[in-house]
Amino acid sequence: MDKDSNRFTFIFSSIMVVVVAILLSVAAISLAPFQAKNVRIEKMENILSTVGIVAQNDEAEKLFDEHIVQQVVLDVNGQPTTADVAAFEIDLKKELDKARTGKAASQLFPLFVCKKQADTFYIIPVRGKGLWGPIWGYVALESDMNTISGASFGHDKETPGLGAEIDTPAFEKQFSGKKLFNDKGEYVSVETVKGGAAPANPHAVDAVSGATITSDGVSEMFNRTFTSYLPYFKTKRTGAGQLARSN
Amino acid sequence: MSTTIEKKPPSEPKPSLFSARHKKLLGDPLNDNNPITVQVLGICSALAVTVKMAPSIVMAIAVVVVCAFSNLAISLIRNIVPNRIRIIVQLTVVATLVILVDQVLKAFVYDVSKQLSVFVGLIITNCIIMGRLEAFAMANKPWPAFIDGVGNGVGYGIILVMVSAAREFFGSGELMGYQVVPQALYDMGYFNNGLMIMPPMALITVGIIIWIQRSRNRKLIEDK
Repeated sequence: MDKDSNRFTFIFSSIMVVVVAILLSVAAISLAPFQAKNVRIEKMENILSTVGIVAQNDEAEKLFDEHIVQQVVLDVNGQPTTADVAAFEIDLKKELDKARTGKAASQLFPLFVCKKQADTFYIIPVRGKGLWGPIWGYVALESDMNTISGASFGHDKETPGLGAEIDTPAFEKQFSGKKLFNDKGEYVSVETVKGGAAPANPHAVDAVSGATITSDGVSEMFNRTFTSYLPYFKTKRTGAGQLARSN
Repeated sequence: MSTTIEKKPPSEPKPSLFSARHKKLLGDPLNDNNPITVQVLGICSALAVTVKMAPSIVMAIAVVVVCAFSNLAISLIRNIVPNRIRIIVQLTVVATLVILVDQVLKAFVYDVSKQLSVFVGLIITNCIIMGRLEAFAMANKPWPAFIDGVGNGVGYGIILVMVSAAREFFGSGELMGYQVVPQALYDMGYFNNGLMIMPPMALITVGIIIWIQRSRNRKLIEDK
């Protein structure tokens, strides 16, 4: 058959497409469990890293089960719900999107309660926008629901060497000891400050030089996410007899 | 470049896998016919991934794999590819391989795949690969085509590693993520050159490499 005829061209391209499709489907399906496991383990590692537990690949699941003693799903009023979903499986992106589509009332927020030796930490996922794509992270609060114990961040495609620096220990460790509420019990969040934050300021960290939009994204991410958790903090903080005069 | 070869089945036993001609195929792209510095192909990705060394090395390996196997695949089917859709066929083969590489990286070296993020996908647009398919694989037998792919991938990779080493060293004071510029130097007032991590400096670094290479390699010096 003439290989430049229309007929042959159609036959050739059809066969090629089918072969390629089969090849890629087989690869995608057979590799999917490995990839899902990697994503899951990475999430566990990130959650654990906020309280200073370093988990290497295989240990992650074991350490996670050991330290995360409770996974709570909160509704918009900050009340624990018995929703039919595990906190670990909640996709924060979908929950945050609900606010835009007018379904804010059905938002669910995950919270991980972590025990490390005698201390209890509350680990909260955060999510926001960077320059090129989403940025996200986990923030561990001490049991006063105010002091940040540690934070870990991730990003999809921020500029290497600039915005991508947010997931380096140098940036993350700045958040330890920062506070979400001021002395009067008012919510002020933590901001990234260009040109360097004053070390004594409990509500500011240094922004990444040359990465204004990513740094602002981190501030915005903090502010927005924790606003969603404020009702819960309030019940916890007043319930514990601390700062009863908040507001 | 493409010599005329009689059509024989690819399964025919070859006298030598590394004959002089094959060695030339492998060695040429490293210097005399380097895809980046001499042919000036694949510049775009060379600028994008060379801020740090580690991603550049993985990127180089990924390009070697894709370049070699797409050359092999296209060479195997070169006699039945309809001429009018050959570019589409080449693109499909390259895209398939790139997706496979990306999936394998995600499954087995997840950390690295995160570092490379979109750049693996961008291998599809690397002109070197399409260039080799069109210029070499469509006219040569599978084994030489495979070697040619490896050679060009490595030729690309060498430049990538050189550029990224220079940029990481001057831009971050590190190599492979390890601090190499001593703290004492910073204490004396040394600063990392922030400009080095900006994309334009990759272009300038490539330019400097081309300059050095041309001034040393007599074959590349053009007659007036």
